[in-house]
Amino acid sequence: MLRAVGRIIKISGPVVQAEGALGFEMHELAMVGNEELIGEVVRIEGDIITVQVYEDTTGLKLGEPVKGSGMPLAVELGPGLVNNIFDGIQRPLTVIRDITGDFVKRGVKATALPRDKKWHFTPLKKIGDYARPGEFLGKVQETPLIEHRILVPPNREGRVEFIAEEGCYTVEDVIAKLSFEGRTYELKMYHRWPVRRPRPYIERYEPSEPLITGQRIIDMLFPVAKGGAVAIPGGFGTGKTITSHQLAAWSDANVIIYIGCGERGNEMTEVLISFPELKDPRTGRPLMERTILIANTSNMPVAAREASIYTGVTIAEYFRDMGYNVAIMADSTSRWAEALREIAGRLEEMPAEEGYPSYLASRLGEFYERAGRVKTLSGLYGSVTLIGAVSPPGGDFSEPVTVHTKRFVRAFWALDSALASMRHYPAINWLISYSEYVDYVEKWWNERTNGRWKGMRLKALEILKKEDELKEIIRLVGVESLPEEEKLILETARLLREGFLQQNAYDPIDTYSSPEKQFKLLDAILKFHEIALRSISKGIITSKIASLPSIADLVRARMNIPNEKIEDIDAIIERIESEIKSLGGA
Amino acid sequence: MSMEYRSIQKISGPLIFVEGVSGVGYYELVEIRDGEGNLRKGRVLEINRNIAVVEVFEGTTGLSTTSTTVRFLGRPLTIPLSTEMLGRIFNGIGEPIDGGPPPITEDYRDVNGLPMNPYSRDYPTKFIQTGVSAIDGMNTLVRGQKLPLFSGSGLPHNLLATQIARQATIVGEEEGFAVIFVAMGIKHDEAAFFKKSFEESGVLKNAALFLNLADDPPVERLVTPRCALTLAEYLAFEQDMHILVILTDMTNYAEALREISAAREEVPSRKGYPGYMYSDLASIYERAGRIRGRKGSITQMPVLTMPNDDITHPIPDLTGYITEGQIVLDRDLHRRGIYPPINVLPSLSRLMKDGIGKGKTREDHGPVASQLYAAYARAQELRMLSTIIGEEGLTERDRLYLRFGDAFEKRFISQSVNENRSLEITLNIAWELLSIFPDSELTRIPERIIKLYKRS
Repeated sequence: MLRAVGRIIKISGPVVQAEGALGFEMHELAMVGNEELIGEVVRIEGDIITVQVYEDTTGLKLGEPVKGSGMPLAVELGPGLVNNIFDGIQRPLTVIRDITGDFVKRGVKATALPRDKKWHFTPLKKIGDYARPGEFLGKVQETPLIEHRILVPPNREGRVEFIAEEGCYTVEDVIAKLSFEGRTYELKMYHRWPVRRPRPYIERYEPSEPLITGQRIIDMLFPVAKGGAVAIPGGFGTGKTITSHQLAAWSDANVIIYIGCGERGNEMTEVLISFPELKDPRTGRPLMERTILIANTSNMPVAAREASIYTGVTIAEYFRDMGYNVAIMADSTSRWAEALREIAGRLEEMPAEEGYPSYLASRLGEFYERAGRVKTLSGLYGSVTLIGAVSPPGGDFSEPVTVHTKRFVRAFWALDSALASMRHYPAINWLISYSEYVDYVEKWWNERTNGRWKGMRLKALEILKKEDELKEIIRLVGVESLPEEEKLILETARLLREGFLQQNAYDPIDTYSSPEKQFKLLDAILKFHEIALRSISKGIITSKIASLPSIADLVRARMNIPNEKIEDIDAIIERIESEIKSLGGA
Repeated sequence: MSMEYRSIQKISGPLIFVEGVSGVGYYELVEIRDGEGNLRKGRVLEINRNIAVVEVFEGTTGLSTTSTTVRFLGRPLTIPLSTEMLGRIFNGIGEPIDGGPPPITEDYRDVNGLPMNPYSRDYPTKFIQTGVSAIDGMNTLVRGQKLPLFSGSGLPHNLLATQIARQATIVGEEEGFAVIFVAMGIKHDEAAFFKKSFEESGVLKNAALFLNLADDPPVERLVTPRCALTLAEYLAFEQDMHILVILTDMTNYAEALREISAAREEVPSRKGYPGYMYSDLASIYERAGRIRGRKGSITQMPVLTMPNDDITHPIPDLTGYITEGQIVLDRDLHRRGIYPPINVLPSLSRLMKDGIGKGKTREDHGPVASQLYAAYARAQELRMLSTIIGEEGLTERDRLYLRFGDAFEKRFISQSVNENRSLEITLNIAWELLSIFPDSELTRIPERIIKLYKRS
């Protein structure tokens, strides 16, 4: 139902103005020009509207029409999302490729969900039942990993007049009819939802369970809870993308949404090629079967970059509403902020810091607040965990995007270029990173570690902190003048760094550490510290201990000992103990 | 056919403002005729009501509001393409300047190109041997990668770029390789150096040169890389060739971008550069890559001089966020007479991991590179320490690292301009250097590989 029409009077990059355009609504979806490029109304002044266009505007002419659609920018939510790759406004890149070839052209019309594909639908309601908003009408096994629950849209309810029998249907088939206050509503397997409006839930809960990522420094030292929000800031080359890929691959969420926002094309390709090969450690199925990719690479239109973040988070909320734990990686939120800045500049808005618009902080806040653990409309628990990469210019964490992001996230994994240049990966700096989720996930970990997790965590951080202080002293007086206990701190810290904190994403064993292995490794290194400390008190010197042959085994254990054979770590620590004994101490 | 306008209302820097236009398209090509009848080219940057803002590639010197006429051509800037363009020299907008006839056109393309569909991309995995140890051994280049040289004024980036252009091969696949060289705002003698060195090494017959020199108009500079990359795409994806594109100097390109932005009175972001510089640079760099089902590839090696050697300056910073790594040249190494003065610590090749290892290079390649990094980083740290507390304050183990650091710079990094080292030789030097450590120090290398390769 096309409504208002205006005529283009101004074109500046992705920003177009049209006049004679009465009847448009703010954030309404608009079709721009003869090619009907997709855009969104971002300003209305009298009969002049300003539209940000999600496609390249080259060749657009003055006087061409801008048509309204009568609805806001929305996503399609239904079977066909998983194991797919979309652009920033949810057009499948596979379909675009079929239409325009290897290069993305403008004005492509493509529906998000395949219209011809049939899904095997199993009803969960009967005729005569009352279906409330967000309840399950039925289910579809979308991939072996994802049972897609067909939801009553959050703004619909009523008595079930008709429900389709078990069988195969396309998303356009009517699978249910609800009657409500004398009217009948037809429901299909999908519905639309505006991207800028958070989906409703009954209640928010405090997070309580960690999102296990298989990355040791994260899970053990700076954990994130399911439903939490985290920022990963880092200059270029510090490993934001690899960290995001690792989280997407190994996190124990049910659904992963990976948003490549203004980043490299090859990075999306890498995910597309590697994820079908990688196996989920819990189910043994290909990771792609639970993954949704959204790609707006750096050379794709800038306005769609702004939309891609919202597209991703809305899809995440939809899966949350099915009772799933969803994790989103947004790489990089800085490109999104820059897209805001670019559009704001073209709108000639008054800039605040570094040219960013004054509403940067509130937009970031709105976005990160869409994370959370909730009771869904259907009464289940579901969560959305948001992990946002930040790309601060010059690696400077005092720039506006990093600073404002810190206000809205509760864990901060700071990537450090000094660590990266030593090829210490993940280059998460343990001195400035933090997590406020420690107290929330403590119970979970303590139940599995005889209550020792928190104490070990603090001990490890204490040794690392002490190492940093000692390094200052060494810079003045050298190592040799330190007492033996402090030399041992240096050695244990080295073991922590090389044998625990470093983790090789490309090593088949090291890439994912089970929580049990993480605990064992850390425990072993701390045990070494205890044993060595005792022998030092009996007069053995640290350099003797440091050159024991089994120490290198402890450092290599992360790569040599798979998750299934962690008892081998005990053997190493026993060997170290007996080697230290043979030095005459312990 | 199209209307001729005499209604220039304002001229500001490289921009002209034409009044009373209708039916003009965004980014459309414009022909400007000055008072003496000479033609120039331009491009529509913005249309507001009936005023079109046009950037003039050749600059606005000599244009006036009275005698200049403007025609809008109704199409974007295109460039004629042909395989015969190899072996030729062009100006910044793709017109031949070597005295030869215009090449026979096989196709026309919009210079802006189109974004490659990420779903169509093929992941780069083929190791390109450059013969330079610091690159091959530790920051491996692969086909379809964009790997810039971050340099500074007075450093030998040109020498290194030509050495790479001359030596780059895929072992066993020497066919169908060509170089496209793009000069943006560089000096005449630099351009002459490249020309001469391509001639001497025989690269020239398989190279196309696009020259926008320091005294050419800056606006043209914005189009030069796009013309060159349009040819690269044609040769790579239509003619199945492997193209290495050398772009120098991206700093001059970014300066030109800032100049235009300032003339348009846009809100600046960092250091006066426009807020869209990231997207603009990406529209150049992202044109590297491979496509599934097609044979050719585009590998980019942009060169940029970091203003004041500052890697956090917006130009290297934004570049580093888009490109797949960077090779950083270092003034201190250069002063100490080490060529190529590549500082491996801030250097990085993001695609290295997928181009090396068993079946591609050698199984020890990855672990050895990682160990060299760790050891050299430690050596640098200790060097600093020893200048304060003296070598006596260091442990025996630390002194090993100092020795390694010196040997690494002299034997591994350093090589001559004409030395083309095979990967085999590069890795063998690496093992020689690592052999000064006991096995227990080599924690980044699996024991099995140490046993196989380490000589004591």
